[in-house]
Amino acid sequence: MSVVVAKNIRKSFGALQVLKGVSLTVEGGEVVALIGRSGSGKSTFLRCLNGLESIDDGEIEVAGHRMSRKPAELRQLRRDVGIVFQSYNLFPHLTAGENIMLAPVQVKGLPRQAAREEARRCLSLVGLGDRFDAYPDMLSGGQQQRVAIARSLAMQPKVLLFDEVTSALDPELTGEVLAVIENLARGGMTMILVTHEMGFARRVANKTIFMKDGIIHEEGPSAEFFSAPKTPELQAFLRSEVG
Amino acid sequence: MRTFGTPEFLFIVYALRWTLTLTVIAFVGGGLMGILLALLRIARSRALRGLTTFYMQLVQGLPLLVLLFLCYYAPSLFGVEIAALTAAAIALTVNSSAFLGAIWESALRAIPRAQWESADALALTPWKTLRFVIAPQAIRLAMPSTVGFLVQIIKQTSLASIIGFIEITRAGQLVSNATFEPLKAFLSVAALYFAVCFPLTQLSLWLERRTARRGART
Ligand SMILES: Nc1ncnc2c1ncn2[C@@H]1O[C@H](COP(=O)(O)OP(=O)(O)OP(=O)(O)O)[C@@H](O)[C@H]1O
Ligand SMILES: [Mg+2]
Repeated sequence: MSVVVAKNIRKSFGALQVLKGVSLTVEGGEVVALIGRSGSGKSTFLRCLNGLESIDDGEIEVAGHRMSRKPAELRQLRRDVGIVFQSYNLFPHLTAGENIMLAPVQVKGLPRQAAREEARRCLSLVGLGDRFDAYPDMLSGGQQQRVAIARSLAMQPKVLLFDEVTSALDPELTGEVLAVIENLARGGMTMILVTHEMGFARRVANKTIFMKDGIIHEEGPSAEFFSAPKTPELQAFLRSEVG
Repeated sequence: MRTFGTPEFLFIVYALRWTLTLTVIAFVGGGLMGILLALLRIARSRALRGLTTFYMQLVQGLPLLVLLFLCYYAPSLFGVEIAALTAAAIALTVNSSAFLGAIWESALRAIPRAQWESADALALTPWKTLRFVIAPQAIRLAMPSTVGFLVQIIKQTSLASIIGFIEITRAGQLVSNATFEPLKAFLSVAALYFAVCFPLTQLSLWLERRTARRGART
């Protein structure tokens, strides 16, 4: 069953049309990488998928929920969709553990004890089992990003969205975060990743999508996509990314 | 004629409870209203935001003394006598609400949008986001200025002396009139204000340093 179905999404900010009819289907367990130049609309598209941006036209269904503008329905959808941002966005006044426990307790109504155990489990999954009581500002960028991933995981989402989650990190720290994501992929998590890590996309994503000027310019199974790009635009983009 | 002695000094000290009573009323009442105002200022509804702005600007634009006179004399237009304490309490509460509301509004606005967004994405309701994510950070941020404004309120209560309410400034005046020793009387008054305000000013400074340190760490 398809976990994400987006049909013909259009979105403008004022006079600027950012998404000009984007369609995407993601099956359960699939990992999709989204690449493209700055400003091509990758983040906007991702944010539309969990309703952080409203769409002007098109249809979205995620984890069996139709996209809605009604707050209560939107929250139902968001319970099943995790998103991780480039800037981590942890809650600075809460410890790593409390960051993770907040939504399970307040949204799902999980008892604190159960939430605490779940938080510990999620922290171990990202390799931070011993940092439950650390405040975000005591953690490195890579550790903070892994806590952010754990925070999303604790809601047991049906799909995880990643928006350039390693772009703010040094190369060494990038590796530890990518390793966590790769592990999730192996565990069968459905994921959409906006990324500049071409090697990672090629290795981990089943399918890669190249966005340009608000449309999907080229897409395909990652192996072929990277080894035999068809359009000159993608060829040029891949050349510029490899450097 | 009396000389300035222990009984006179104690008379002023006893009046301190009225200074403190007024302060507590203004701080608690103004604080509760201030919370409401701050929340209305960040509400979605334009009309609510506009009305709130109007109220806050109106109050902030009035000298407190004028507000106090209005609260004291306006009821008599309707043939209602109002106690000096009541008039002073209302004026100080209204005044504090506008200033505390402004302090807290800016603290709420200082929390990055990304914090709201993360909480949204975790399916928290707006109220829970406010309660568990935004407010705790905003409160920490607003602490120094809030304590600082509390000190202002304490000093503002001295205006109530003008409508005859006997807090420490008025008590000092009375003692001064009775003893013809204004210097001793008002030095005592000053010492009392200082004794109450100094620890709070120190607290405010400490809170500010702590906030700055936290800011530097992140
Ligand atoms: N809230 C907004 N208001 C106005 N314009 C916006 C807003 N968000 C994005 N845009 C504009 O939409 C366009 C697409 O932005 P988007 O962030 O989706 O691009 P992107 O592909 O993620 O780029 P990057 O690689 O730099 O993250 C850009 O021109 C951007 O300036
Ligand atoms: Mg982006």
